[in-house]
Amino acid sequence: MALVFPKESLGAFPKHLSPDYRSTVKRSPSKPLIIVPHTLSELTGPVYGHNAVQEGDADLTKQHKGEPLGERIIVHGHVLDEDKRPIPDTLVEIWQANACGRYVHNVDQHPAPLDPNFTGAGRVVTDKKGYYRFITVKPGAYPWGNHHNAWRPNHIHFSVFGHSFLSRLVTQMYFPGDPLFPFDPIFNSVTDEKARQRMVSSFDLENTIPDWALCFRFDIVLRGREATPQDTDKH
Amino acid sequence: MSDITPSQTVGPFFAYGLAPHSRCDWKPSDTYDWKETAGANLVTPDASGTKVRIEGRVLDGDGMPINDAMLEIWQADAQGRYAHPRDSQTRPNTKFMGFGRSATDKNGVYSFDTIKPGPVPGPNGKAQAPHIVFCIFSRGMLRQIYTRLYFADEAANNSDPILTLVPQDRRGTLIAHKDMRGDLAVYRFDIRVQGDGETVFFDV
Repeated sequence: MALVFPKESLGAFPKHLSPDYRSTVKRSPSKPLIIVPHTLSELTGPVYGHNAVQEGDADLTKQHKGEPLGERIIVHGHVLDEDKRPIPDTLVEIWQANACGRYVHNVDQHPAPLDPNFTGAGRVVTDKKGYYRFITVKPGAYPWGNHHNAWRPNHIHFSVFGHSFLSRLVTQMYFPGDPLFPFDPIFNSVTDEKARQRMVSSFDLENTIPDWALCFRFDIVLRGREATPQDTDKH
Repeated sequence: MSDITPSQTVGPFFAYGLAPHSRCDWKPSDTYDWKETAGANLVTPDASGTKVRIEGRVLDGDGMPINDAMLEIWQADAQGRYAHPRDSQTRPNTKFMGFGRSATDKNGVYSFDTIKPGPVPGPNGKAQAPHIVFCIFSRGMLRQIYTRLYFADEAANNSDPILTLVPQDRRGTLIAHKDMRGDLAVYRFDIRVQGDGETVFFDV
């Protein structure tokens, strides 16, 4: 299986410079990126096995003595390539704010309480079907300094590897129906409505566990698809 | 039209999850108690080759240090082999993986300890000069940016199939220069995200 990673597939990605998100103004390249072919250096990438994670790393509610406060949730889904084939054995890392919207990170000065029973970091390796599953609490919204009265919608940060260094993805998973969506320049840096919806998890009643936890589904599609004869002709 | 999941910024608070033992401004003692998946030291005891340190600063469009960036590197081993099934070269039975991750500190400084990579196969059967692929994430970056580090002391740079695609007057931004610190070769590689001397980034 020789995957190709067409650049056109990145069409819905945010632009490097997206001025409504102010921090991009000084942190985006101003010169055109240099177009280069993919070589073995890009077509390969780190391979993590199941030894990268430990039992319990995927349950963020059991990392301390007691249970964290907040709404317990299951977040699960599949990691797929562009042909919708599962990507097995790939590392998925997450980090998030606690139920009050506060990160453990010491630079976070939001005056909401830390929870001694919640760190907010987790990781898992997908199974043979590309499936992953986390147990956590729903993160709170929190204010930030981008503009007057700016609040981030509830979100969980995701970091995923996939088949090559080109499929490497860092993104954020949002929750359905968030009233903050229209006001968030990070969410709206993805200008295509359909593409934005691919960052929003869906409520998954079927996999909710009665009397215990709500469930959200978030499938992640990474760069990479099977080469077609046309792709081969180009080389 | 592909329907891949769009990228979003890594944000300012990734360190406790992704780089818990790195140079983040973290208290107490600037590290965090979560096991590290990938760190800034790539050297395994069984890896052959020359140990080197890669060190530099990440600067924004005002020349100010970016103190909340995360850098990931991907490289071949000293014999030019990638630890990945797509590289058909026979690999020795070593644990050298070729992947590292470093956060920047309050001065925008990152560093990696690694093995100098060998030349690797390139397009049309031509070899590529030894290099390291960099992937940079930060608050204020909605998607990662890719660049490459080349070593100043490699004659093969002049014929490298990727480096020669870069306008001559900008190639210098991709060249790391060596400085001996005792017995250790330290290659200096600053990354200027924007503005004067802007580092070359690749559209891959």
